[in-house]
Amino acid sequence: MKYFVPAMIVALVVLHQDYWQWDQATLDFGFIPRALTYHAALSLMAAASWAVAVRWCWPRETAIGTPDDGQEVTP
Amino acid sequence: MIQLTVIVAYLGLLVLLGYAANRSFRGTASDYLLASHSIGPVLLLMSLFGTTMTAFALVGSTGRAYTLGVGVFGLLASASGIVHSLCFFLVGVRVWSLGRRYGYTTQIQFFRDRLQNDSIGVLLFPVLVSLVVGYLLLGVVGGGAVVNGVTAGTFSQPGWLVADNLGVPPWLASAAICGVVLTYVFLGGMRGAAWANTFQTGVFMVLGLLTFVVVANAIGGGDGLFENMRNASQAVSEANLTRAKIPKPIFFSFLFIPLSVGMFPHVFQHWLTARSAATFKLPIVMHPVFILIVWFPCVLIGIWASSPLSGIPAGTDENTVLAELVRLHAGPVLGGLLTAGILAAIMSSLDSQFLCIGTMFTKDILLHYWGETQFTDRQTVVFARYFIVAIVVATFLLSLVLPRAVFDLGLWSFSGFTGLFPLVLAAIYWKRLTAAGAIASVLTTVGCWGYLFYRSEFGSNARYGFPEASIELVAGWSVPPLLPVVSITVASAVVLVVVSLLTRPPSDQVLAKFFPDDPGMTLR
Repeated sequence: MKYFVPAMIVALVVLHQDYWQWDQATLDFGFIPRALTYHAALSLMAAASWAVAVRWCWPRETAIGTPDDGQEVTP
Repeated sequence: MIQLTVIVAYLGLLVLLGYAANRSFRGTASDYLLASHSIGPVLLLMSLFGTTMTAFALVGSTGRAYTLGVGVFGLLASASGIVHSLCFFLVGVRVWSLGRRYGYTTQIQFFRDRLQNDSIGVLLFPVLVSLVVGYLLLGVVGGGAVVNGVTAGTFSQPGWLVADNLGVPPWLASAAICGVVLTYVFLGGMRGAAWANTFQTGVFMVLGLLTFVVVANAIGGGDGLFENMRNASQAVSEANLTRAKIPKPIFFSFLFIPLSVGMFPHVFQHWLTARSAATFKLPIVMHPVFILIVWFPCVLIGIWASSPLSGIPAGTDENTVLAELVRLHAGPVLGGLLTAGILAAIMSSLDSQFLCIGTMFTKDILLHYWGETQFTDRQTVVFARYFIVAIVVATFLLSLVLPRAVFDLGLWSFSGFTGLFPLVLAAIYWKRLTAAGAIASVLTTVGCWGYLFYRSEFGSNARYGFPEASIELVAGWSVPPLLPVVSITVASAVVLVVVSLLTRPPSDQVLAKFFPDDPGMTLR
């Protein structure tokens, strides 16, 4: 899973640049312009991808940040 | 007059919320500034989302969709869904971890400690405060425009305020909004801001959807909602149903804008309120969905406003499109409630920004140079409030002389923050970053931003791109005009790397403090 987050970001960014349907004026369901349908779906895909990332790729170093006694150290 | 009454009642409700938060106030500066690190996942999700969604999201998205078409959603909403969560994941969680360990309240404390350099704070403080003022202007200008637009005609009977379309003058509405936000922030501190953010995020999401349904039914003119939405969309010009008005390189450039969230000082402060690292999981996953819920209806009603069915005259100022739709198509009570929803979105950003500039002043300047023991907690809070009032007054005065589109104001502010993003990323993940590299990077951001802002006629040329004309490279490749944010960020990153590599590396002591067990995500 080490490379999941970088690969996911690259994939989402590439999918975001949907030049192939730039002039597509189709109305999905009769009222949603295709560009809006596509990018709404992309937003949901991003949420699903982040759900996988926080489940399987959560940074283990977060544990180092909090001292055992819960006290803060003056900077 | 009914609309105005509803708006005033809503503002009064927020002041009461501030009083309620004040009753939970523990009397310490830590509680006032960071809510004693007690914020759980739902409050963090709502407050981070409310903070990042501002006049830019509601007023700006609707207005810009009216002029540019449906591509506005891809420009910022889906891009933010990807990049904001990335910033929370890569920067937020790590910053929270370091902040809890070493007791940071502000970004500057973190950078001073990480770089072992005092000057970085002196340099960053005016830069960050100036950029926050630019961001504050979004809310102040947007709020004034909305209230004026919605209340137009209210004073037609006595014939008052003809120059302001017989409505509440924008300057008066802006002043009232600032006053209310100041009141509940002063009363409740960060806890008050988090509570108000959560409440207001709920209000603007629910009322935003209600606005969508009301406007769709009014514009469509048919019997059912689906029929009305179809009627409304089919009346929109083909240019606004596609991205014909948006050059592809500009669309690409917009991916850089949401990186700004990684350097927003008020978001940094919100991150530090989290109860634990795991608190971030819900905001990371749900942020793209929440953006979708708010932007989707705003962009649709924005393109509908461009059709003849909407009743909005061609060439209407994009700042006032949403307010005009509400005024034309909602009844007075609903219109007042919908306006309250719009103001909720605006104020849920202003509160955190007000609080963070006060925090920065007290922590990074006052206590840093005069000493922690010089002032009591209560005095610290009082000084923070004085500074906040001074900045708010300055912002309000600027709003009177800068009548620009909300969308463009936001872009320039966000571009500056994005230019500083390489700094925070390197500070967390690159061991070789040096103070000289960081300072050179900040100066490069300031220099590039200032030059390009000047070349764009101080932001009034909304179509300004850099390079100003395509640069032909070899083998048919070329660099087209891009948003200024791209040049600023690339220059800032290159200078940061080059100067860091040319100067002495950080000490082993610093590396041991910030990269204790090298979990494999850092760069040497």
